[in-house]
Amino acid sequence: MIHTLAFYLFAVLVLASGAMVVLARNPVHSVLWLILAFFNAAGLMILVGAEFIAMLLVIVYVGAVAVLFLFVVMMLNIDFAELRAGFIKNAPLGAAIALILLVELVLGVGAYRAGVVELGEPLGNAAPLAGESNVENIGAILYSQYLFLFEMAGVILLVSMIGAIVLTHRDQRAARGHQNISKQVARRPEDATELKKPEVGQGVEL
Amino acid sequence: MMTEFFQSLGMNYEWAWFVATIAGILLIALPLMLGVAMIIYMDRKVWAAINLRRGPNVVGPFGLLQSFADGLKVFLQETIIPSAANKGLFLIAPILTFTVALLSWAVIPFGEDMVLADINVGLLYLFAVSSLGVYGVVISGWASNSKYPFFSAMRASAQMISYEVSIGFIMICVVLWAGTFNLNEIVLAQKSHFWIINGYFANILLFPIFVMFFISALAETQRVPFDLTEAESELVAGYQTEYSSMSFALFWLGEYANILLMCALMSILFFGGWLPPVDWEPLYYVPGIVWLLGKIVFFFFCFSWVMATVPRYRYDQLMRLGWKVFLPLSLFFVFAVSGYLMATGHYA
Repeated sequence: MIHTLAFYLFAVLVLASGAMVVLARNPVHSVLWLILAFFNAAGLMILVGAEFIAMLLVIVYVGAVAVLFLFVVMMLNIDFAELRAGFIKNAPLGAAIALILLVELVLGVGAYRAGVVELGEPLGNAAPLAGESNVENIGAILYSQYLFLFEMAGVILLVSMIGAIVLTHRDQRAARGHQNISKQVARRPEDATELKKPEVGQGVEL
Repeated sequence: MMTEFFQSLGMNYEWAWFVATIAGILLIALPLMLGVAMIIYMDRKVWAAINLRRGPNVVGPFGLLQSFADGLKVFLQETIIPSAANKGLFLIAPILTFTVALLSWAVIPFGEDMVLADINVGLLYLFAVSSLGVYGVVISGWASNSKYPFFSAMRASAQMISYEVSIGFIMICVVLWAGTFNLNEIVLAQKSHFWIINGYFANILLFPIFVMFFISALAETQRVPFDLTEAESELVAGYQTEYSSMSFALFWLGEYANILLMCALMSILFFGGWLPPVDWEPLYYVPGIVWLLGKIVFFFFCFSWVMATVPRYRYDQLMRLGWKVFLPLSLFFVFAVSGYLMATGHYA
């Protein structure tokens, strides 16, 4: 019974906060609703027994991606009136994207139901290896059957990371004062200060 | 265990489970609050002792009741909400900080079977929940609608994300060695790890990782020398500047609960949690919770020690340490540990 109650609680919260992401007037509020949606989606995943994926969702999306989102949105100086003015113009584009996503979802679920995609039994209750945890199951399949795809994903991420660094990298040595940390650390009080013992009434000679 | 107890009182399984869970939560949360009060007292005493001062010594014997007096004082104060603040978020932020700080304790094993939720992704859960801690700070900084809290929130989010990366890699090293995410099994895997010593710290490959974890924990909980988010000479009181009364107290309690959690995590990951320090039969007669609490208090002492003796880092040094030193180093250790484990046939 608790299971059913929890499912409806999480599902309603995901849908409600998803709607609020779009409806909220303040972009910062939108991001916070998005975070709530992520969180409840993780709750739904725990309910179907995918606790590893749920934790990854929270760590990656809530813990890192959404923080950066929030960061950017907070820093932006957003004109709300201007934001709403573009609604009519962009509505068809948004509808098109929504339609494409819907078609993809239908195709994906359809393929899974028909047994084209091999994820286990095509009944929505993929049978895990008996007596082993979620993490070990995913590891076993990811590093054997899907090893190549997994490595490709890693390479793509690496390339995008290097790309981002290259785009933002400037040679700062010329533009600004460059700090040499080891030089800073190696500096001793003896090199920087000098102790003088001045005679009374004489002052210091430098 | 407690479910069986409540079942023996004549409840059916579901009710017994429900009542046992509620009782377990209370059994963790209430002593934790008491522990936080005492640990604040200890922090001030240690700090005072190192500074050759007396510290709190007026309220109660040896000043033991100082934290409770402070709590009462704060409770009686007026809650002030700045008129330009975003009211809802302004009030949610401290509650969020406090809740998240309590949430992580659900998976901490206090003994062989003294754990509220013995889940098999325990360490991941801890990592996930501790990564939420940044929201309380960021939201409070933004909702205060004031420049110092906002600066502080920016600093805090950058700092916490940076050090979470190396903490993640450090945890991977431990998980590789233990072969599990379950905290209880991680503790058990450390039994007589090196000769008769219980704990990964005795391992020559894992000890440097422990040192890095200690420093990262300081940065993650924003303690001195990494307390740039509340650097009082620059930012007044950081993200808490606009807070008063209980909303301030919740930040305060949450912060110390987080510090305790980091201490608990250090003892569980590297010092054998509730196992005695050495694998010697008579020591196992002492309840495991005593060993765990002893280790937590020891690490907290180290935290206070650092706080009293080390000057604050500069912000660029902090970022350099996180990204240019700890990240490559922890990544190197992930390779070194996994390479060693493969070479010696650890999983064979």
